[in-house]
Amino acid sequence: MTAAAPPAVPDRDERLTPASPLRKLLARPELGSVVGAAAVFLFFAVVADGFLRAASFGTVLYAASTIGIMAVPVALLMIGGEFDLSAGVLVTTAALVSSMVSYQLTANAWVGVAVSLLVSLGVGCFNGFVLTRTRLPSFIVTLGTFLMLTGLNLGLTKLVSGTVSTKTIADMEGFDSARALFASETTVGGATLKVTILWWLGLVAVATWILLRTRFGNWIFAVGGNADAARAVGVPVHRTKTLLYMGVGFCAWVSGQHLLFSYDVVQSGEGVGNELIYIIAAVIGGCLITGGYGSAVGAAVGAFIFGMTSKGIVYAEWNPDWFKFFLGAMLLLATLLNAWVRKRAEATS
Amino acid sequence: MARVRTGVRAVAAVLVAALGMTLTACSATGGKRAEDARRAAAQAAEGRANVTTPRWTVAMVTHSGDGDSFWDIVQKGARQAAAKDNIDFLYAHSDEGQQQAQLVDSYVDKKVDGLIVTLAKPDALKASVARAVAAGIPVITVNSGSAQSEAFGALTHIGQDETVAGQAVGDELDRRGRKKALCVLHEQGNVGHEQRCAGVRETFGGRLQNLHVDGTNMPDVQASIEAKLQSDPTIDAVVTLGAPFADAAVQAKRTAGSRAEVDTFDLNAKVAAGLGNGNLGFAVDQQPYLQGYEAVDLLWLYRYNADVLGGGRPVLTGPQIITREDAAALAQYTERGTR
Repeated sequence: MTAAAPPAVPDRDERLTPASPLRKLLARPELGSVVGAAAVFLFFAVVADGFLRAASFGTVLYAASTIGIMAVPVALLMIGGEFDLSAGVLVTTAALVSSMVSYQLTANAWVGVAVSLLVSLGVGCFNGFVLTRTRLPSFIVTLGTFLMLTGLNLGLTKLVSGTVSTKTIADMEGFDSARALFASETTVGGATLKVTILWWLGLVAVATWILLRTRFGNWIFAVGGNADAARAVGVPVHRTKTLLYMGVGFCAWVSGQHLLFSYDVVQSGEGVGNELIYIIAAVIGGCLITGGYGSAVGAAVGAFIFGMTSKGIVYAEWNPDWFKFFLGAMLLLATLLNAWVRKRAEATS
Repeated sequence: MARVRTGVRAVAAVLVAALGMTLTACSATGGKRAEDARRAAAQAAEGRANVTTPRWTVAMVTHSGDGDSFWDIVQKGARQAAAKDNIDFLYAHSDEGQQQAQLVDSYVDKKVDGLIVTLAKPDALKASVARAVAAGIPVITVNSGSAQSEAFGALTHIGQDETVAGQAVGDELDRRGRKKALCVLHEQGNVGHEQRCAGVRETFGGRLQNLHVDGTNMPDVQASIEAKLQSDPTIDAVVTLGAPFADAAVQAKRTAGSRAEVDTFDLNAKVAAGLGNGNLGFAVDQQPYLQGYEAVDLLWLYRYNADVLGGGRPVLTGPQIITREDAAALAQYTERGTR
């Protein structure tokens, strides 16, 4: 810079103004949900006896992690502007495939695990393929997959094993090592921590890195914000969406293997309705239903709120007849608080 | 698209690898091979038509949800009786009362020779059962609806009185010296479930608390029971209302560090194993196989010989309390899915 250079233009582009750390924080999509989570935590810490014990914390984290593992890819998919209604039963499918392949072929449990991964990714790929080729709304496509999978889970299981639940594979080779990976637990300071918590945190970290640090992350925001504009600047919209659906497939595989290796027998009718819980967790975590906005950390916090609420009600020993009502009210309040904080943040920035 | 094709190629490679693994990585223990060996040893149990009566058609309509292991056993019993009695057996189910009634109507339209119905939602089915009776189709009610069965014009009711079953559990808990028990309901709003817990409460000397869990989400079932056991360490018995939930309760008990005894309604292979190794205290069986088998067989008897059983009173198939001593004998039957 030379001495003759003009002084800095005072009214320079506002997008280049360095934001204060506080303002940066307020603009984060998960801020509202973090405030909501703190509120829910404080609430149950006061009203529920035993909520603050270490052992209880392990239980709450486990409940949150089983939702959270699926809420992460569902959140990414929502940021990319799509839904997946088949995510709940896909978890059951992943568990059933794994169990039945191992049992029917009398193969090592890991063989079933590998085939299950392929099937889960395949279902995600199918969703993405049908969606991008037919341009049908994801609501219809994944509703179709949801119904087909529900029927396949029941029909195929009964056809192959003769009953509606799978046979036990606990006595088969490879079961123990697979259980160690998907369903083990350790005790830390009185709290039993399940390995699903590690999977959950790991997936959140990976998803956050993808969203914020990679080109693919930019593509996700772009296709969710405006798919046509994204395509115009060269974003491979179809590939991005298909990969997002395969991400849901991958996490459903992890979730399904946990289900199988912790209970070793799978009921074929399970999982229906869970897809909504994953979507709810993502929405509480600040993902916009219309796409283009949200975060993986937010979805994790959303799952955590869900875990705290559903178990907090038990710790508080409220009348169980009102369980669903309390759950609904807590969720609504958390989401409202989240929306309010976001609005305040947008108004001050 | 080039990337996608690379992806496809990668997937294909993994598939080939997995297939290779299936050929080389066989399990020396368990699996289908072990089951086949067991089955070959005891092939004779299959039913064959033993009668020369015409091929009658019997239809069964239940309130079962999709993929319910309990109703699977009922169906097995019914099918085996049908095979033996030269009966063509039809089955349909819906957990919505109105749809169940429509299914009954369609079988009445088909003019079946006999009808088996569950009355979990009696009011919804009243008109349809009346239509069947008016059309001259003999009706037998099973499982639920013992109070309404006779009034609706059914020949017999075969099942377990839920309140009586609950009372049996209450007595057994007392016998085992339990003081504070948890009743785990896995389906909110199911009348039979409420009756079971209410029955336990009637005869149980200690305190009984209800806990509602989401039955379609097993990790949630486990975490909820865990949370309950942590918040109240004085609970010394957990009673689940369905066999699949007993295992979740056992795991919840372990992680919560509770010493509660886990007991359950209904039976399956895992429950039999749990009773055998002491993870479970006792199970209350209502013998679903018998409910299906007897219903079909009694319809055959009625058509062939105008026989009626029960004398206007329900024929009870339970409660049968099963403990460690019975577990070994029942394991082989739970394994093949008939107990």
